[in-house]
Amino acid sequence: MSDQPIIVSASPHVHSDRTSRKLMFDVVLALMPALLVSLYVFGYSAVITTVAAVVSCLVFEYLIQRYILKTPVTIGDGSALITGLLLAFNLPAGLPVWMVIAGSLVAIGIAKLSFGGLGFNVFNPALVGRVFLLVSFPVQMTRWPTAVENNTRLVDAVTGATPLGMIKEGVQFGETMSQISTRLPSHTDMLLGLTAGSLGEMSALALILGGIYLIARKVISWHIPVTVLATIALMTGLFWWADPEQFANPLLHVLSGGAILGAFYMATDLVTSPVTRKGMVVFAIGVGVITVVIRLFGSYPEGISFAILIMNAFVPLINRYFKPKRFGARIKAKMV
Amino acid sequence: MTDSILNSIILLGALGVIAALVLYVVSKKFHVYEDPLIAEVEELLPAANCAGCGFPGCRAFAEKLVATEDISELFCPVGGNEVMKLVSETLGKAVAEKDPTVAVIRCQGSCEVRPKTSEYQGPKSCAISDLIYSGETDCQYGCLGDGDCVAACSFDAMYMDEATGLPVVITDKCTSCGMCVDACPRNIIEMRPKKKRDLKIFVGCLNEEKGGLAKKACSVACIGCSKCLDVCPKDAIVIENNLAYIDPAYCTLCRKCVPVCPTGSIIETNFPPRKEKVAEPTKAESDA
Amino acid sequence: MLKTFPKGGIHPPENKITSGRPIRRLPAPKVVYVPIAQHIGIPAEIIVDRKDKVTVGQVIARSGGFVSSNIHSPVAGTVTKLDMVVDTRGYKKQCIVIRTDPKDPANEDLPEEMLKTEIAMAPEEIRQRISDFGIVGLGGATFPSHVKLSVKEDQIDCLVVNGVECEPYLTADHRLMLEKSQQILVGIRILMRALGVTRAIIGIENNKCDAIDLFRKEVAGNDGIQIAALQVKYPQGGEKQLIRALLGREVPKNGLPMDVGVVVHNVGTVYAVYQAVQHNRPLTERVVTVTGKSLQDPSNFWVRIGTPISDLLEAVGGVPENTRKIVSGGPMMGKALKSTDVPVTKGTSGILVIPEGEASRGEPRNCIRCGECVNVCPMGLEPHLLMNLTEKGMYEKAAQEDILTCIECGSCSYVCPSHRPLLDYIRFGKSISRQLATKTAQQ
Repeated sequence: MSDQPIIVSASPHVHSDRTSRKLMFDVVLALMPALLVSLYVFGYSAVITTVAAVVSCLVFEYLIQRYILKTPVTIGDGSALITGLLLAFNLPAGLPVWMVIAGSLVAIGIAKLSFGGLGFNVFNPALVGRVFLLVSFPVQMTRWPTAVENNTRLVDAVTGATPLGMIKEGVQFGETMSQISTRLPSHTDMLLGLTAGSLGEMSALALILGGIYLIARKVISWHIPVTVLATIALMTGLFWWADPEQFANPLLHVLSGGAILGAFYMATDLVTSPVTRKGMVVFAIGVGVITVVIRLFGSYPEGISFAILIMNAFVPLINRYFKPKRFGARIKAKMV
Repeated sequence: MTDSILNSIILLGALGVIAALVLYVVSKKFHVYEDPLIAEVEELLPAANCAGCGFPGCRAFAEKLVATEDISELFCPVGGNEVMKLVSETLGKAVAEKDPTVAVIRCQGSCEVRPKTSEYQGPKSCAISDLIYSGETDCQYGCLGDGDCVAACSFDAMYMDEATGLPVVITDKCTSCGMCVDACPRNIIEMRPKKKRDLKIFVGCLNEEKGGLAKKACSVACIGCSKCLDVCPKDAIVIENNLAYIDPAYCTLCRKCVPVCPTGSIIETNFPPRKEKVAEPTKAESDA
Repeated sequence: MLKTFPKGGIHPPENKITSGRPIRRLPAPKVVYVPIAQHIGIPAEIIVDRKDKVTVGQVIARSGGFVSSNIHSPVAGTVTKLDMVVDTRGYKKQCIVIRTDPKDPANEDLPEEMLKTEIAMAPEEIRQRISDFGIVGLGGATFPSHVKLSVKEDQIDCLVVNGVECEPYLTADHRLMLEKSQQILVGIRILMRALGVTRAIIGIENNKCDAIDLFRKEVAGNDGIQIAALQVKYPQGGEKQLIRALLGREVPKNGLPMDVGVVVHNVGTVYAVYQAVQHNRPLTERVVTVTGKSLQDPSNFWVRIGTPISDLLEAVGGVPENTRKIVSGGPMMGKALKSTDVPVTKGTSGILVIPEGEASRGEPRNCIRCGECVNVCPMGLEPHLLMNLTEKGMYEKAAQEDILTCIECGSCSYVCPSHRPLLDYIRFGKSISRQLATKTAQQ
């Protein structure tokens, strides 16, 4: 026997090698393809925004935990890193750095730590940060730089509207879909990321690649992303079928905006999504429906951020009503 | 212009009247009669809400006091006799008088005298570790040191001594509510009468094992040798299952038992230093 | 597609390093410590005294009630004292200490008896024999076996024999099935007769193909006995999960297998029944797997009840230097021991030695609500919620959330990425909830 006393603990005495740190690391890894695409199409401005968001999130978490809350510092667990990355993904590349930092402060300070830190936040921190910026600085937050292949410029002079923005604007001016669609990028360009939009939502392909990795690694289950996208496709499909001149086709809706980013990375956030499969499906349908309603009838061209935040608020309720089926509950038991 | 002002006034006024009516009807309809005595009694109670009386709070206790005919069984340990006397006057019912008590820790198994033979990993809670196994030391009766009693105390009257790993009662703050007694899974804490100047003598051990084994696990364990029994002039000491217990009802605090204990497991508190210590050391002390 | 239970479950690394090791006989130790509480229920009452001479199989403690069991002397020798010995939880419990008489031939291993397939006893006699000969569930729960056989007529239609052994590391049942397959089949027929059923299923997980093949070969002529290969999934050895996997029947909440017409017995128990009924041998020994990656010579042993675990560890080459944890039972449900003085009891299925590095628990972090504990819970509970409620002292709410149906399999704690001690709290919550329930029942 070794010199140290023998350890006694309750069973089980083995543990799977799944740890929260590894989960977080997997998420970071899954975001890499999309990040690389952004760096390719936005160049330095994407680097600056990403670095600013990540560093400021980590610094805020450290400072607040160390000096204000006086709790153990947990920047090592990777959650603040992910918040930073996801926040950057939801911002237009080249947003003034001070705005990025303000968004980080809201994300970490208000959305996460004031609720009690990792695991206790009700709303997705990155989305709270993004929505805060969107409502505070609507002009800067919708100045989308356009993608340029192999971008090496420091500042993007060219800005454009996102596909969804073009549609919203067009419809408001009474244009028909066929008129608008002449200006829209092709589906292939949208799949690869050669359009205008926020930093991380560019390439649907890269995002799906990372999403599949997460599902394969069992970090997330397929229920939320598939249901969100299916709901969006189904609902927009119905409207499109009813009036193709007024509404865009479902493929465009799924590929554009943050639909894929939101479905795979934001809505699946472990902390702010339901725990049971049943609950996840209900949650995801809600996200899909609200997204489509905002996109088609709201004043914003894109609504998945709002949709996720609204459904986040319902998660405790969903957890309460969509419980797993208890073993043996089907039959009325006699007491023993 | 005047119209819109007038309209708003009428509208808001009407709303206010309707709301007032609704509130009035509801408050009349759902009015619950409550004995004003309850509020009066609650006023007298210490408002500690410690549940030491056995009820979930001072309010519940006040309700019980008002509702029950014979309240001699009920007692507020925090308020003590003074408060109970006031309650008695208010309600016109007789109350029992109790001697004030204070919590004592009947274990002296610090890290030094009671070596650790295993390391516990799990939630830091006595109740949970007690469920899992007999504790980090070889004594299956002693303090587990995870501080459930300290957590249960709502008066800040207890703390864990870092050096010994044992809880300590701050006697002045202890209200003898008894929450720590209930919290301890090993029943180590006892409420003993707080006699004048808080003098107490009690056995600081609960080990029921045979002397040799008890001593092996902890050098200050009671080994059931019955030496204290022999010197006690009032027969206040009983030995059961290799363990001595000093009955506070008979103990006169004569201190004769303390020096004869070979392991030093009898604790005396707040006594002045012994006079005879200088003049003529007792045998046990000179041995030590 | 192999059968299994549908909801939850995990697949930890199997580590069945001793599955190829034949069961060796451990010689009778010099002194045995036989605890009187080796089964669930009322402890047995000691009926011997100091200096009494006892022989192998003699009753030394008599059953204390219906849910209780006789205890027989595992060796021939002299009772030296009635003393206390530590149990798996480290508490001192009463035991009978017997010094083995080295000259007594009864202490030498009895020759293997011829297989006896003829069953002479009537159902009533079989039940009585099982009760008299101290047979309890050898899978680990140690529930007195005769209680499970006391059923109403026509209540049961199927006997399930548990050869799942889903705990990692353990191979005691696996080896027994390989080495005593014919005896086990006779034992099954004895139990079928006692229960009055015509159907029996042996459930074996698919990582024991050799045992499945062997039984399939031998069972050919035996009508009514089925062999079912099961997907490897923990905790399939739990009665409720096994019945669900084999028969698709769900034991009702707070119910017993009897409620769905099934009785489950472990293969070890079945073998003990065979020995008792066919060869008049009470339960005085059992198979124990002594295992661990750091051991020199991990093995399976026939061990007499009451043998100190230290003797067993010596037989596998001693405890390695770097040992930090010793577990009685498997790694998922076994109990960590404080001392190796603990004797082998009827419920000891294995001893697992865990070295430094694997022995410590991870530091618990915040729950990230990933829901993995909910996914793996075979009982359909929400472990994260139950832990939370227990931590906050909301025991009544926890009871409403069915905390009492938890089978303590530990799957939740196993998968938790934040290393939260879920089962520790749930176990505690269960004990409090149960106390509260009895209190309300009394009022």
